[in-house]
Amino acid sequence: MASDTISDYYPRDRSWHPKGLTPAYNSSVLRSPKRALLQMPTSLSETSGPVFGHNFLSEQDSDMLSNAIVDGDPVGERIIVSGRVLDENARPQASVLIEAWQANAGGRYRHVRDGYLAPLDKNFSGYGRCVSDEQGNYTFRTLRPGPYPYANNGPAWRPAHIHLSLLGAAFAQRLVTQFYFEGDPLIKHCAIVNSVSDPAAVDRLVAKLDLENAAPFDALAYRFDIVLRGRNETPLDAGHGR
Amino acid sequence: MNKRLKETPSQTAGPYVHIGLLPAAAGIEVEHHGISSRTNLEKGIPVIITGVVRDGAGEIVTDALLEIWQSDGDGKFHDGRKGFARCHTDYDSGEFRFETVKPGSVAWRDGSPQAPHITLLVFARGINMHLHTRIYFADETEANACDPVLNAIPDGRETLLAKPDAKSNNSYRFDVSLQGDAETVFFDI
Repeated sequence: MASDTISDYYPRDRSWHPKGLTPAYNSSVLRSPKRALLQMPTSLSETSGPVFGHNFLSEQDSDMLSNAIVDGDPVGERIIVSGRVLDENARPQASVLIEAWQANAGGRYRHVRDGYLAPLDKNFSGYGRCVSDEQGNYTFRTLRPGPYPYANNGPAWRPAHIHLSLLGAAFAQRLVTQFYFEGDPLIKHCAIVNSVSDPAAVDRLVAKLDLENAAPFDALAYRFDIVLRGRNETPLDAGHGR
Repeated sequence: MNKRLKETPSQTAGPYVHIGLLPAAAGIEVEHHGISSRTNLEKGIPVIITGVVRDGAGEIVTDALLEIWQSDGDGKFHDGRKGFARCHTDYDSGEFRFETVKPGSVAWRDGSPQAPHITLLVFARGINMHLHTRIYFADETEANACDPVLNAIPDGRETLLAKPDAKSNNSYRFDVSLQGDAETVFFDI
């Protein structure tokens, strides 16, 4: 492979992403490979991926304020989260499946394995998904999640955050991340946030208050733009794959 | 040359990944969009792949989530969701199980054939960025011997070979080792 190291996608900047081993985040210590990742150019196995059309989801899927209602609205700070999915070449990424999960306003997850003492909200599941439109835009309606404690070299707190999973056109673009909320004082204390070492990269994980998009007398708004890997457009690229 | 944007940094999927990616496993009763541990590919020999994920202490990881993507038995990738599957390691036994078909051969960059393989991604608490590897089949000796990716692995290629189950037809075992002596080879693609 040494004679053919030009890949179809720009190589990932591993100093921008978190390293595998980040001892301040205790769970990474035994779950990070000790050997360096082996560089491999892409083939169709990586440049293709599952395709999710717009038709299989309803509007409710992206509306966590209503998609789990039993007998009333869920409790908490109502927010709208929206943004745009681009690639590294600044091209809008359409038809990206975006799956979201989060704790409720008290910091409790609706999960069989979460035993935090904050109560569940029977009207909130913390589960939503949508597909980006032709311009790469996406929107969720939800609650601002609460911070919560977890065990990490002793007791620690997670800042409020929402998990996002993105499935773009190619498996090589796969990304799972979390975003935080502008101004949250817990961000700088979080070992998981700090697994990312470049402050400019951390800033990219912080959703910004988006007052213009707020729904009057209804919901505050935050903006979180996302960048997926882009196709390598250096002249040496032979345009392999699709 | 246009100004390149930087990719959004990765963050761990965390222990509650099931809520978003396999809601039924979190105890959430919702209409999911048909993503399951089956790839729903029709062409090819049906196979079952089971395994566990171990950490650096040899402990079985019971909160991992795995995804696969592959061609059908003719080496064709489908335009849709067929070929994609997702499952989690069991909360008690740690076992995962995919139902799929043995993939065909997919061309390498120079047009030469690759051995049958399945792309596998691993997500879990403590994994800051998902791990990318491949499942090959130990009984594809000839094809494996010519595979450009396997042949580029200096050490540890056997960690990518799913072993046929002696007791069960068309069942394979593929254990993932995140760290340690038998550490699985992971790629930076």
